Amino acid sequence: MKYKSQKVAYWFFAFSMLLLVLQITYGFIMGFARIGFDGLHEFIPFNTARAVHTNLLVVWLLSGFMGAAYYIIPEEAQRELVSVKLAYVQLISLAVVGVAAVIGYHFNWWEGRKFLEIPRQLDYLVVVNVLLFLGLILATLFKGKRKTTTALVLTMGLLFAALLYIPGMLPFDSQVTDSFFRWWVVHLWVEGVWELIMGGILSFLLIKLTGVDREVIEKWLYVIVGLTFLSGILGTGHHYYYIGVNKIWLIVGGIFSALEPLAFLAMALFAVNMYRKGEKKHPNKIALFWTLGSAIVSFVGAGLLGFAHTLPQTNLYTHGTLVTAMHGHLAFWGAYAMIVLAIISYALPNMTGRKLYDSSVGRAAFWMSNVGMIGMTVAFGVAGVAQVYLERKFKMDFMEVQAEISIHFVVLILCATLFTVGIIMYIMDFIKHGKPTDEALDLESDL
Amino acid sequence: MLSKKQARAFFLGGTVVTFLIFIGLTIFSFSKSQDQTNHEGITEQVVRGKVLWEENNCMGCHTILGEGAYYAPELTKVLDRRGEGYVKAVLMSPIPWNPNGRKMVAYGFTKEEADDLIAFFDWIGGIDLNGFDTVVSPLAKDKIERNKN
Repeated sequence: MKYKSQKVAYWFFAFSMLLLVLQITYGFIMGFARIGFDGLHEFIPFNTARAVHTNLLVVWLLSGFMGAAYYIIPEEAQRELVSVKLAYVQLISLAVVGVAAVIGYHFNWWEGRKFLEIPRQLDYLVVVNVLLFLGLILATLFKGKRKTTTALVLTMGLLFAALLYIPGMLPFDSQVTDSFFRWWVVHLWVEGVWELIMGGILSFLLIKLTGVDREVIEKWLYVIVGLTFLSGILGTGHHYYYIGVNKIWLIVGGIFSALEPLAFLAMALFAVNMYRKGEKKHPNKIALFWTLGSAIVSFVGAGLLGFAHTLPQTNLYTHGTLVTAMHGHLAFWGAYAMIVLAIISYALPNMTGRKLYDSSVGRAAFWMSNVGMIGMTVAFGVAGVAQVYLERKFKMDFMEVQAEISIHFVVLILCATLFTVGIIMYIMDFIKHGKPTDEALDLESDL
Repeated sequence: MLSKKQARAFFLGGTVVTFLIFIGLTIFSFSKSQDQTNHEGITEQVVRGKVLWEENNCMGCHTILGEGAYYAPELTKVLDRRGEGYVKAVLMSPIPWNPNGRKMVAYGFTKEEADDLIAFFDWIGGIDLNGFDTVVSPLAKDKIERNKN
């Protein structure tokens, strides 16, 4: 750690971990409901559990991204954050919005629009919160001694993510128009600007962990984010095939979303090649695992599994089935959850001064959570494919099909248990590092 | 070999060009001549139905236009499949609807509210979904074909 204000990041990361545990808990509630154990139905019906599960994901990832920015930007800009106090105010307001939304979902207070369930009144608080965050980051960046490509890409990602929240707040009378612009937020976030954030964090980590020249890494960063937008913006069309808009999206969405895996492939090749090229042997092996893991798993989850159902001919049958859940789980895990866990694993020893670089608990956490998540993805995939055939080819009734595929949810729960053990171990490692301290300040080393 | 400057130009150029095309296609899709939704048919009742749909997060279990949570049936074309009476009974039920053991929240909607939601489903059912309507609701498709014959 080179600047005292970087310590703020710790509390954003800690908040992330807390929400991750809650997210998993609600995932289990849904998994059990699917195999008939729905004892909580009266208090937490499926739609509540679902809204909490996905929204907690978004908030813990955003909190992780914000923590990452508070850690990375001072180091890249070579100065302290402009205000540590305001950063804490921002964290508290983020927590207030998050907690209020989650509690509200239990009392039918929501918008009922997939992924954007946060009620309108709280939306305005989100805007204030994000503006405060961006203000702090931008002020630090522009007052800083240098503006690196890594910092610019990361900041650009965060800025665009904030701007893209706005189309989701526009009211429409038509369900079709509503859905169309909802994807401007959701798709352009996860298959657009969030990849800038991921790319920025990845580039920072690779510079630190591999020691490869910044100019080389940042050049490829531009190529990757270039590929992301080139395919991802028009790739939004894959959400528009069958929601009641023009057929032109079948062609445009089909072609460009088929190119989307290229950005993730480039990201994976980039990370692995930089690692091979690097001569620096950074002692933080766990951070390296998560960094390379994120680049590779995101290619499989977001790239390949996305491609598996993105062509209109396939999507005609898979649209609105569990096949989507299969892709969603490994994509979010690989691309965004793992990159947040990577930056936490990297930053934690530097902020706390406890160099637990290569613990067996840390390694086990990586393998168990990844194997668990891959198992979950397979379970969702098998259930989804079976659903497609039974329901859409053999024309069986929805609930009959659900009964047929419920066994796959038993497998899902078993794999989710393995995944959860991995995450608990990760958090144990997190806690073992202790609190951040000024004594961890280290101006000399380049770790 | 590619320089950093060229890489940046690729990023900025590609982004601007694809974004402009995206905006153009969006405007085209929502031009009146391209409407596939019978937009004029969105009455106040349909809008009230949509509001109820959202206020109760129906998408948190069901899917509509193929979008939702895959826990409960797709509701595009539900009126063709089940008939208005059945759907209304589910909506107004004071105890949890419980087909094959999977519970729905007992919303106990009033008759007016149920009518609003029916109007919403009716409008949804008329949308041209580029072929998805026949796949997503095979029973409805069969019924329509039977009626034709």
